[in-house]
Amino acid sequence: MATPTAVAGRIARPRATGLWRDAWGRLRKNRLAVVGLFLVIALVFVGVFGPWLAPYPYSQQDLAAVFAAGGGPLPPLSPGHVLGTDQLGRDLLSRLLDGARISVSVAFVVQIVILGIGVPIGAIAGWFGGRLDNALMRFTDIIYAFPDLLFIILMSVAFRETVFGQALDGLLLVFVAIGLTSWVTVARLVRGQMLSLKETEFVEAARAIGVADRRIVTRHLLPNGIGPIIVAVTLGIPAAILAEATLAYIGIGVQPPRASWGSLIAEGQKFIRSEPHLVVFPAIAIALALVGFTFLGDGLRDALDPKLKGKQ
Amino acid sequence: MSTVDDTMTDPASPTIIEVSPEDARKVQVEANPKPPVDPRTEKLLKVTGLSTHFFTPDGVVQAVDDVSFDLAYGETLGLVGESGCGKSVTALSVARLVPNPPGRIVAGDIIFDGIDVLKLDQDEMRHLRGKEIGFIFQDPLTSLNPTLTIGYQIAESIRQHMGLSKTAARDRVAELLGKVGIPRAKDRLNDYPHQFSGGMRQRVMIAIALSCDPKLILADEPTTALDVTIQAQILELIQRLSDEFHTAVLMITHDLGIAAGMCDRVNVMYAGRIVETGTVDELFEKPRMPYSWGLLDSLPRLDDIRGDRLRTIEGLPPFLVNPPDACRFEPRCRFARDVCRQDEPDLTLRGQTLHAARCWATQPDGWIP
Amino acid sequence: MITYLARRILWIIPVLFAVSIITFVLMHAVPGGPWDAEKRLPAGVQARLNAEYGLDKPLYEQYIQWAGAFVTGDLGPSYRSRDRRVNDIVADGIATTVQLGVMAFTLSVVVGIPLGIFAALGHNRWPDYLSTSVSIIGIATPSFVLAILLVVLFAVELGWFPTGGWKGPQYWVLPTVALAGFPIAVIARYTRASMLEVTRKDYIRTAQSKGLGNTSVVSRHMIRNALIPVVTILGPTLAFLVTGSFIIETIFSVPGIGRFYISAISTRDYSLLMAMTMLYAFAIAFLNVVVDVLYAYIDPRIRYS
Repeated sequence: MATPTAVAGRIARPRATGLWRDAWGRLRKNRLAVVGLFLVIALVFVGVFGPWLAPYPYSQQDLAAVFAAGGGPLPPLSPGHVLGTDQLGRDLLSRLLDGARISVSVAFVVQIVILGIGVPIGAIAGWFGGRLDNALMRFTDIIYAFPDLLFIILMSVAFRETVFGQALDGLLLVFVAIGLTSWVTVARLVRGQMLSLKETEFVEAARAIGVADRRIVTRHLLPNGIGPIIVAVTLGIPAAILAEATLAYIGIGVQPPRASWGSLIAEGQKFIRSEPHLVVFPAIAIALALVGFTFLGDGLRDALDPKLKGKQ
Repeated sequence: MSTVDDTMTDPASPTIIEVSPEDARKVQVEANPKPPVDPRTEKLLKVTGLSTHFFTPDGVVQAVDDVSFDLAYGETLGLVGESGCGKSVTALSVARLVPNPPGRIVAGDIIFDGIDVLKLDQDEMRHLRGKEIGFIFQDPLTSLNPTLTIGYQIAESIRQHMGLSKTAARDRVAELLGKVGIPRAKDRLNDYPHQFSGGMRQRVMIAIALSCDPKLILADEPTTALDVTIQAQILELIQRLSDEFHTAVLMITHDLGIAAGMCDRVNVMYAGRIVETGTVDELFEKPRMPYSWGLLDSLPRLDDIRGDRLRTIEGLPPFLVNPPDACRFEPRCRFARDVCRQDEPDLTLRGQTLHAARCWATQPDGWIP
Repeated sequence: MITYLARRILWIIPVLFAVSIITFVLMHAVPGGPWDAEKRLPAGVQARLNAEYGLDKPLYEQYIQWAGAFVTGDLGPSYRSRDRRVNDIVADGIATTVQLGVMAFTLSVVVGIPLGIFAALGHNRWPDYLSTSVSIIGIATPSFVLAILLVVLFAVELGWFPTGGWKGPQYWVLPTVALAGFPIAVIARYTRASMLEVTRKDYIRTAQSKGLGNTSVVSRHMIRNALIPVVTILGPTLAFLVTGSFIIETIFSVPGIGRFYISAISTRDYSLLMAMTMLYAFAIAFLNVVVDVLYAYIDPRIRYS
């Protein structure tokens, strides 16, 4: 006598998996995404453990070696300095590692600010709708129209002398300023998610059996809606790193002797024809960070795409 | 115009082009003289041993496995089965529209109007599609390009295959729209798909399918996405037009009622294979395969007792990667015996007609009389 | 359609109003004043200058004075040259900045969209890899890095183009390419993704079932539908070009208004700062409206609804 269990036993079926395992499987198969993941992990690792990995403190100068070599920056593969030094004898590798630390902090802090502002505003706007939604969306229009670099520069210069501005060598101020101009996309995203999920049938069902609103949001809406948010955060990190690097290049934000990749490029610019390594290596570092997060973000977006769920 | 459904036409509108079907067909015949063919002996479509497989990372899915059937000129053949049994893929294979990757026709012959379809190159195949073979897809909302007017989308086919000028094509489009029952056709030529209702959109699709007077229409669940009330109208339209133009129809559906109402003959498909074939009468009066019994039995009846459970076929269709050499329906069959697990039955005749079934039990020497 | 357009345009006014207030407040929150950059002035002279420019009044009065002048088109007195108004300074440079922006935008679209289409049509073959590589370079290279590399390679080493200035067409090339690098990459990627999505749509199958040739299917059915979502990223692209241009102008010494940006902040040139912020904000808001209206126009589902 044939029963469904016997069917399952005899004819092979693919294993049913949950959303996250499915997504992870798809992500793994995406070569670019895997490359991105490695780059991101490497960057985070280097950023966190930088001070211990660096052969020298980032501000330590080796003027003696510079004078001995003729007064200019030391080239790569000099004794004791794998990537060379700048004109003050500061080891480039160590300074790059400090830059990595700064970039990782940018990624982290800026996204916290973005989520901290964007998610509540978006969720409130989406959930309550009506006039509140309208008012909040008008507010985001204003933020969106603001030329962001200008706002960041203004804020950075305005509060430079304050305690807040001095925190983390001037970086906290920049991070917060970048975050303040970038939260709109996440807010709109969360609002959109809230709007569409609010009307779905499973919310009606949950309500019908008496589940409290707050529970609905946390246990039903968030797990489903969180995918695009993760993607937006990951893809927002390159923009933040780029903004910080650009600002550092023009001298805003990080204060010497700290070595943001952007400021390294600004410092190394004048030697570009004789000692290009001072610009090339930081540029490569920036490129790897941007590419890594972008590929990972793309891969996450494809992996979490609900339309592909269960396929292939 | 006699063929327009009165309930759909706005009686106050005088702008419908009145062309009798005979005149319309006369234009057609003059443009493309058809070779004389005897519909009783020559078949329009002969499919033999068709196998279409999908090469996926999880394995090779044998969606269509050794399927054979034929279709006479002007005949309406039903292809019935549940989701995933391979009926859509079969139709797509006939027109070589299977997405590649990951799908491919790996075996078999398809002879259409005497032409070996599988040996045609891309250009020749494109001549067939649209001109000789029309397609009606399931969801008219997604199957129509949202950024082009419906007039343009219908005319595309006409201009491609019949070489008509823009104005001549527009006239024919308006005429077609009238034929499929869209009121004030001339005014609606420049409207976009989203401006029509679901039933209207499907009429547009039918107009596209019929635009070049094809010999065969492949209708893939044309009413599944529509309201029940509209379904009957659309089916009746398809039937009327196919009768009028002597067009053969391959009607794919999971709905036995549709098959019973529209088709001359029916093929029942299960797990990529044809498991029973016969005329509508033969199949519905004396089905010879347990799956067919299950299908017919599962239809709710008016004399069912309220509160009784609906009758279903227990279990799920098999996974089509590396199917075993056994009857594919066996796990769900109440009448299965050892031979069903060891060997797959062939499609063999039942009785004196072309009624055939794929089942050990109902064979003349089987255990179900 | 018209009401939508009117409503969006009118909405710019309150937005600009809010932007002006925020900028004004922030600007005055920056410690120091416009006279700090010059040699130390005696207190009496400073006080007189402040009175002349109205800087001794309370903040809200200053704002009202500014706003009153602004709505009549008067952008205020210049703090850098006593006898000029900001209007003159802006008039000097605005055409150049706009020209640079337009050229960069055109280049981004003209290169980015075909690159994306090319990549999608040659999916997983060499056109895809080539286009994706170009996109990778575009997103991995900040505009200032690209600018430096371009200058070193093409201006200094090869000598094909000048390193700075704006005296003729050959001066336009490097700044435009440097500014357009990132948008080209973004537009190409987006176009490619959109095309690939369209390829999977049912109406493409319908078009094939009609027996249409490949070129017709691609051009009439695919590209048209794929480009509609691409329009949505033109808004942020334009915003990027507006706000990012000042860096390029600084690096290449382009005589637009962007290069005054940094110095205006460091010298606390209030009127110039306000004027530039309002201009940039207006450009971003207005261009976004244009893009949104364009999007609503080219999608028949929105146009006729």
